[in-house]
Amino acid sequence: MTINLFEAKGINKRFGGLQALTDVSLTIRKGEIYGLIGPNGAGKTTFFNVMTGAYTPEEGEFIFAGTQLPFGKPHMVVESGIARTFQNIRLFRELTALENVMAGHHLRSKASLWGILTQNRKTREEERLITERAYEMLRYVGIERFATTMARNLSYGDQRRLEIARALATEPQLLALDEPAAGMNATETAQLRELISTIRGDGVTVLLIEHDVKLVMGLCDRVAVLNFGKKIAEDVPAVVQKNQEVIEAYLGSSHHAH
Amino acid sequence: MNELVEAIPWLGHRHPKAARSLITCLMLLAPMIALLFGNTWVRILDFALLYVMLALGLNLVVGFAGLLDLGYIAFYAVGAYTWAFLASPHFGLHLPFYLVLPLGAAFAACAGIILGFPVLRLRGDYLAIVTLGFGEIVRIFMNNLNYPVNITNGPQGINMLDSMNLFGWDISHAVQITDTFRINPLVSFYYLFLLFVVGSVIVIRRLQISRIGRGWAAIRDDELAAKAIGINTRNMKLLAFSLGATFGGVSGGLFGSFQGFVSPESFSLMESIAILTMVVFGGMGNIGGVIIGAVALSLLPEVLRGIALPVQQQLFGKVILDPEVLRMLLLSLAMILMMQFRPAGLIPANARYSRPELARAGKGAQS
Repeated sequence: MTINLFEAKGINKRFGGLQALTDVSLTIRKGEIYGLIGPNGAGKTTFFNVMTGAYTPEEGEFIFAGTQLPFGKPHMVVESGIARTFQNIRLFRELTALENVMAGHHLRSKASLWGILTQNRKTREEERLITERAYEMLRYVGIERFATTMARNLSYGDQRRLEIARALATEPQLLALDEPAAGMNATETAQLRELISTIRGDGVTVLLIEHDVKLVMGLCDRVAVLNFGKKIAEDVPAVVQKNQEVIEAYLGSSHHAH
Repeated sequence: MNELVEAIPWLGHRHPKAARSLITCLMLLAPMIALLFGNTWVRILDFALLYVMLALGLNLVVGFAGLLDLGYIAFYAVGAYTWAFLASPHFGLHLPFYLVLPLGAAFAACAGIILGFPVLRLRGDYLAIVTLGFGEIVRIFMNNLNYPVNITNGPQGINMLDSMNLFGWDISHAVQITDTFRINPLVSFYYLFLLFVVGSVIVIRRLQISRIGRGWAAIRDDELAAKAIGINTRNMKLLAFSLGATFGGVSGGLFGSFQGFVSPESFSLMESIAILTMVVFGGMGNIGGVIIGAVALSLLPEVLRGIALPVQQQLFGKVILDPEVLRMLLLSLAMILMMQFRPAGLIPANARYSRPELARAGKGAQS
């Protein structure tokens, strides 16, 4: 149960004069739901973007499933098994929900140009399989009835679900969710929570970046807290909640409070 | 044929069979009807088909992959000049079409990749400006490569290109069936071009509803998200540029064989814009729309020329507006009206990139 799936070692990221991440190290174990929290501007999303290859860090390395992750090459990070969603939902708006998920299969399918032009049996078979699996994935996240609806016409909560389905279509070992509960009402958040549990139950490790402390504390096995680009705590929720530094980070230090 | 029907849904929802046969008949009989009005009209139809092919190719780049290309005519030029180099007295080479056309397509595809590499990181306006420059560079090269070594014969262009010789049958010669009945070469060209257009539609439709087509659509809708699901955006963009260019190259070769003459002035910026206008007018990303757009906009000026003069003579006793002026006026008016009332084109893209029925059929078979 304590196999390390993902390890960040001494990550430093600067934007000009701004030190966005300072020496951030953390370890995600296989099969857990790992929460990354912190106040606004703490560097959560920056960490996320560095990790998924959108930015290149100045120092540090990522070890995923025993191999080093490439920097600045998002599609290779996905290929090695880390899928992500975005804080502000980014779907393919002019594609249907089904096609969004099918696009997610792009990486794990291999129809060649020749196969597509000749429509040979292998290609047709693969296409049928992808379609079927995409339907299954939509059913899994609970929006199968909207399969042929344009992504832009889905409700906010359903768009979130679709984004998760699309990420799962890349067959990740680690699913990284960037503030999935942002803008959701209580019911939607509860459903989301259930979905994340199910995903973990099916063997996918989850990294959850969240604002909603209640959701994180209730759902995560372990939590790390970022503040001003530094990790100030990493432990099970019950311990992190009592950590003085964490409380100060969220509520302001006692100096400011009084 | 399946792809044709799918690609062009307006072939009829209510009476699919009737509409389809009507369109097919129209496509097959069009040159005969045009012939009643004179050879010029058949020639215009031939050119319309070439434009359809160009618009289809450009649509692949602009409509599917979302890469605005204002230099598309350059690939047409590459195809046409390939024909001119390899099948004309200019270098004394007379290779057969089944070598020259694929070579032209291949050269155009290479040109597409050459254009693609430097613009990989550009989007929108910046991409448009660089591609525009690329188109001009190609034209200027053709214009000036006659000194110190004469390669392109400069602004005079290259003359007396070989015609299409289909295994011994020179298509530019009339076919004498009986003493009084013969097939006009312009009509033969029409059917040849039609064949190529049909082939293009099938190929493009197959690309659209495939892994590749969805990859393009993903890049077009959100490049960052496309990367985040593991699409190699660099390769997919280069593929779009080179495949789009291929269609330009093939139609360029056909143009060379049809016209028998190429010169740089056929490949000006205005031509690129004209083709882009056809794509936008018809409906970006929609194969059927693009075909309509290309046919409509390539026939419009000719129809105007045929109508505007006599009508003005009748009304005013003299010609007040030159047809050429009138054409630009009406074209701009059409575009303004389009942007106002149908910003997505005549037939907006309700494009599909999958066949959802596939899985349903599979499930039905299981149960």
